[in-house]
Amino acid sequence: MSQAQSNTVVLSVSSSPHVRSSESTARIMWSVFVCLIPSGIVSWNVFGISAAAIMLTAVGTAALTEALFCRLQSRPLTVGDGSACLTGLLLAYNLPAQAPLWLAALGAAVAIIFGKAVFGGLGGNIFNPALVGRVFLMASFPSLMTRWPAPPMFGLDAVTAPTPLAILKDSVQQTQIITAAEIIPYTLWDLFLGRRGGCIGEASVAALLAGAAVLLWRGSISWHIPASFIGTVAVVSWCFGGQGLFTGNWPVHVLAGGLTLGAFFMATDYVTAPLTKKGKCIFGVGCGLITAIIRLWGGYPEGVSYAILLMNAAVPLIDRYVVPRRFGGGGR
Amino acid sequence: MGNKTFVGGWHVWSHKELTRDAAIVAAPLPPRVVIPLAQHAGIVCRPLVKAGDTVLTGQKIGDAEGLITAPVHASISGKVTVVGDALHPVLGSAPAVTIESDGADRQDPAITPAGDPRGLSRNELVSRIRAAGIVGLGGAAFPTHVKLSPQKPVDVLIINGVECEPYLTCDYRLLVERPDEILDGIGLLQRAVGVEKVYIGIEDDKPLAIRTFQKRVSALKLPFSVVPVEVKYPQGAEKQLIKALVDREVPPGKLPFDVGVVVSNAGTALAAAEAVFQGKPLYERTVTVTGTTVREPKNIRVRLGTSFAELIAWCGGTTAPAGKIVMGGPMMGLAQFSDAVPVVKGTSGILVLSTAELVLPPEQPCIRCARCVDACPMQLLPYAMSLCAQMKQAERARVYNPSDCIECGVCTYVCPSKRRILEHIRLLKVGAK
Repeated sequence: MSQAQSNTVVLSVSSSPHVRSSESTARIMWSVFVCLIPSGIVSWNVFGISAAAIMLTAVGTAALTEALFCRLQSRPLTVGDGSACLTGLLLAYNLPAQAPLWLAALGAAVAIIFGKAVFGGLGGNIFNPALVGRVFLMASFPSLMTRWPAPPMFGLDAVTAPTPLAILKDSVQQTQIITAAEIIPYTLWDLFLGRRGGCIGEASVAALLAGAAVLLWRGSISWHIPASFIGTVAVVSWCFGGQGLFTGNWPVHVLAGGLTLGAFFMATDYVTAPLTKKGKCIFGVGCGLITAIIRLWGGYPEGVSYAILLMNAAVPLIDRYVVPRRFGGGGR
Repeated sequence: MGNKTFVGGWHVWSHKELTRDAAIVAAPLPPRVVIPLAQHAGIVCRPLVKAGDTVLTGQKIGDAEGLITAPVHASISGKVTVVGDALHPVLGSAPAVTIESDGADRQDPAITPAGDPRGLSRNELVSRIRAAGIVGLGGAAFPTHVKLSPQKPVDVLIINGVECEPYLTCDYRLLVERPDEILDGIGLLQRAVGVEKVYIGIEDDKPLAIRTFQKRVSALKLPFSVVPVEVKYPQGAEKQLIKALVDREVPPGKLPFDVGVVVSNAGTALAAAEAVFQGKPLYERTVTVTGTTVREPKNIRVRLGTSFAELIAWCGGTTAPAGKIVMGGPMMGLAQFSDAVPVVKGTSGILVLSTAELVLPPEQPCIRCARCVDACPMQLLPYAMSLCAQMKQAERARVYNPSDCIECGVCTYVCPSKRRILEHIRLLKVGAK
């Protein structure tokens, strides 16, 4: 008669905790994806249907490549976690709006294969996959990657127009003193809203910031990397970007090019960024310095992708030395 | 917002609304109790009765020599039927005394009010608390009389009224229903420890408890500070509460008295008051019986040794089959393999999760999102320990100090990749010994 209790059900026994938050990897990835969409819609408006076709091609190819490699590597199918689609979309945002579709497909496949799958899939990669794809395309097809369409709304027939940063770079390298405002055909307001040449995702700072604001509010990203990254670019370009000290046209440097996209959506990629807040700030400052150095003194007008990739390589080092202070003090 | 707190932690969904407003009710006398002889951290008690003996409510039925132990008492009157191993909610199986009720609940005549406790010396207070078998009622069940005799000078007593575990509301109900007795108990503990400074920490999601205590403390002109602390898990963890209230950090491997602090749970203070003023041993406690499928979730005053099944049935049973029964809260509680286990001194709650609420999602790769790093209240690197454990590199994990982990479980809770981080760290801890 002892223990004659009502227990006929089989109870589940597991280690605590017994509840979980509702956040999941897929939710995070898809929320970033969704937050990038406003910018895509602006690009579609600015650059026309070709931009939309590139985005679809890149996302589709990335998803297919991911599925293929999951099969080849006998891993569970991970297309649903959204990370491959996100990589595809980010790659598309890094292409000129009139790039051929095969270029987008090739870049997306390279991004997934050499950016992610060879490292064992999500979480194993060192470098931002989308940027691996972009840098591969830059090195292999430089002319296709730098043919910038002029936004049709300028009413120009020209197929190409220099990007604001390219104009700025040329102006600084010329010896005559001209203010940037005289030679850049765009106003800062144009840059902010998206009336300019450049990559698909670089079109509108406003649309990118709207998406980024949602991610910050949701807690998906923290302010540390974007703030330190953009802040560093602003300070360095102000100090050294002009003919003399402190004459640089920093607002153009901040608003032009891929800085907003890179700082909020690419440098903040969890897998390839440092873990601690302090580490994130160091990472952001490093990204900003390298970006500014490439823009001001390097061979390319734009340096955001290389800056992020170089700092990606430094992440293990940062994570090793920047660790939180253990509760109760004492060394680590 | 802006209230005191610690670094790290997470806002965990509380589910306290199920029982927040349920006043404490006394459970009917159980027909039979199984009273384990190990209900505390430390030495297991020797039985003082044998099968066939008649016992009275409150009669001591087990005790042990040594410092870290606490006696156990009969929770009903009746006849001892078995003295031997029985199911135990923490240990699996442990020696216990089974008592069949005579239905009369006859009190041990030795239970008598102490007269004026103000005349008692510190040593007398401590020995009465030991004799009553008082242990920490927050869950760890550390003998209170040991805490009250710290081996180092202390200057602060902290009363833990935080109750940061989701679902649990038994301490909250005690705080709002019996503030004066708790304050009496706090006064006794203060005298026993011999400190001037007393802080009562209550989470700011319990405004009624905070207001009640602030009013009573000022009305009674007591030298205690009632401090609201930010609602954040694990605010009620000892080290984190000390940090929040007096900004001292207990070093790794040390105890609160190493930084001059004694921490006691609010429910424990009440038990101490009952022990000293009424001479009442710890044979009953308040338990939250809860869960979204429990028909009538309740806060119940329960005789120790009552089975979980009986209490769940008394709460109307469940609307769906139970998938998991947890002793304590969902973050640190222990999943039970049977609902026949008895309520012990450390049972703060009985949480029933339905089969639909069972969460055993497949583990995905770490995406280095750093949520665990941000949330860890000990500022450890949970993701790194988890990865080491999975690669079976316990040696390499040592640099991450797994022994510092307080096993609050917040890392596993927040992980978007559903990694069982704490489980991995526990494996490291076991392997490291």
